Amino acid sequence: MNALELTDVRKVYTMGDGSDVVALDRSNLTVAEDEIIALVGPSGSGKTTLCSMAGGILSPTEGRIVVAGEDISDYGDKELTKFRQESIGFVFQSVNLVPFLNAKENLTVVDELGARTGKEAQRRADDLLGELGLGDRKQNMPSQLSGGQRQRVAIGRALMNDPKLVLFDEPTSSLDTELGEQVMELIRTEMKRRGTAAIVVTHDERITEFCDRSVHIVDGRLES
Amino acid sequence: MKLALKELRRRPGRFATATVILTLIAVLLMFLGSLLDGLIASSTGAIRAQDADAIVYSASAQASFQRSRIEPDIRSAVESVDGVDEVGGLGVVQLGARVPGNGPRDLANVALFGYELAPDGVPEPPADGEAYADEVLKADGVEEGMTIEIGPARTPVDVIGFVSDTSFNGQGGLWASEATWRSTLAENRPDAQLADGVWQALVVRGDVEPGAIDSATDGATDSYTVDGAVNAIPGVSEQQGTFNQIIGVTIAVALVVIGLFFALITVERVGLYGVLKALGAKSSTIFGGLLVQAVVVTLIAASVAGALVVLLDVVIPPGSIPIAVSIGSIVSSAALLLLAAVIGCSFSLRRVLKVDPASAIG
Repeated sequence: MNALELTDVRKVYTMGDGSDVVALDRSNLTVAEDEIIALVGPSGSGKTTLCSMAGGILSPTEGRIVVAGEDISDYGDKELTKFRQESIGFVFQSVNLVPFLNAKENLTVVDELGARTGKEAQRRADDLLGELGLGDRKQNMPSQLSGGQRQRVAIGRALMNDPKLVLFDEPTSSLDTELGEQVMELIRTEMKRRGTAAIVVTHDERITEFCDRSVHIVDGRLES
Repeated sequence: MKLALKELRRRPGRFATATVILTLIAVLLMFLGSLLDGLIASSTGAIRAQDADAIVYSASAQASFQRSRIEPDIRSAVESVDGVDEVGGLGVVQLGARVPGNGPRDLANVALFGYELAPDGVPEPPADGEAYADEVLKADGVEEGMTIEIGPARTPVDVIGFVSDTSFNGQGGLWASEATWRSTLAENRPDAQLADGVWQALVVRGDVEPGAIDSATDGATDSYTVDGAVNAIPGVSEQQGTFNQIIGVTIAVALVVIGLFFALITVERVGLYGVLKALGAKSSTIFGGLLVQAVVVTLIAASVAGALVVLLDVVIPPGSIPIAVSIGSIVSSAALLLLAAVIGCSFSLRRVLKVDPASAIG
């Protein structure tokens, strides 16, 4: 089963003056279940819109979006919220850890917002942090972690709900080249180890080498 | 909710300003409430203490003892009303009293009652020239066994014991026989003295409605239940109204403070809320967290304020301010503040609902 299938997906925003802006136009994309793709494009090209729709944050104006066999094209807000809780992992551009929670709590917060499995989530957070090399940093607050460590906590948080698809938004933009490469290597290793699909949004061509393939997007149109 | 409580625990400084302001507002609210209770208690104790089913004044008296005159024939008419078991006369004279040991100008304000039917907590009428004094008069130096001199005529009255919560119009109650009351009234207020058999008011016991008494007297009387008589005491409803308006404004200020504080916090956290929503948090979960924080901050403020007001009550010399601090009053103030917190916090609901999870990306 594919992790993601976009079929003729279109997203149109209506502006204040009544005019329409096409953010994504008739796009088709398939991501296999353990595939990592780089979504490359300049600012304003529609990367974020595509990513938001694949992650159930935005609904398409037209077209069909299927994530791991689940058609979310017509989902309302409540259904999309539940879908995000259960099926999607996000790593945001500026990491965005909750500043008053320690590393482990930043992972278990995903459980508190959703399934509430309690001890099981605690165990999973311990395991993930161990696997990400943060076993001795569980109690550290985000302010006590380095940029790379924060990025790793964010990856752990994205994996907490055992997602079908993880969306990385410019994961290396705030890191230097060396650290950026380390993080991309980590992303690749962790995704492949779990057989989890990922879309890495970037405008940095250098990180595409860590992905299985690259998809370019320009002016809302995908170019394979 | 756990997230909200963790933030409160780990970032107390963030909530300190709001907590301090709310504590001050809560102190003001609880102090005002206690002051109102104290004022009302000191104005109405003598009436509240009446073990009666009706209190009867003359028709034009507007529930004022000074204006009321019940003639013997009216009393007879009241006594003959169906259901009336007992009728007793009640009269009062409000004067200053000289207390041994106090300076000549340091008078104790007293309300000397003459009564036939003993109110709750007050013994049967004492011998002539004697009286039971309300405990509040202890603050003026009144002691059991002491002879105090009442009014300009310096009518001597022996204090033979104390009773509680029987003040009237802010003056300590003195409970004396009919003869003591009449002689005190005649000696000190000759213009207001009453003929024998004439009372200012009647206390009625039995299975009878106040309206039935007024009908039986052809409208010569104006009768009240005890609660009605309490509210009809001149000045009481005005006091309550004034204080309730001040309390209302104070609650409105608390509501605005909480509303503004959490509106600011919400604006600050729009980014964080976007991330949480992207991770699957519902708007209700986020708003619930805000509500929990508002309630906890308010509870802390109300608890500290409650303790401060109790402390204030201990520190303030007895009798200097008519303040009556009670757990009930503190709890009701805290409940009003909590309501204000919930309403104030709900102003942020719209903003929370508008936070777009898409703001976390890009």
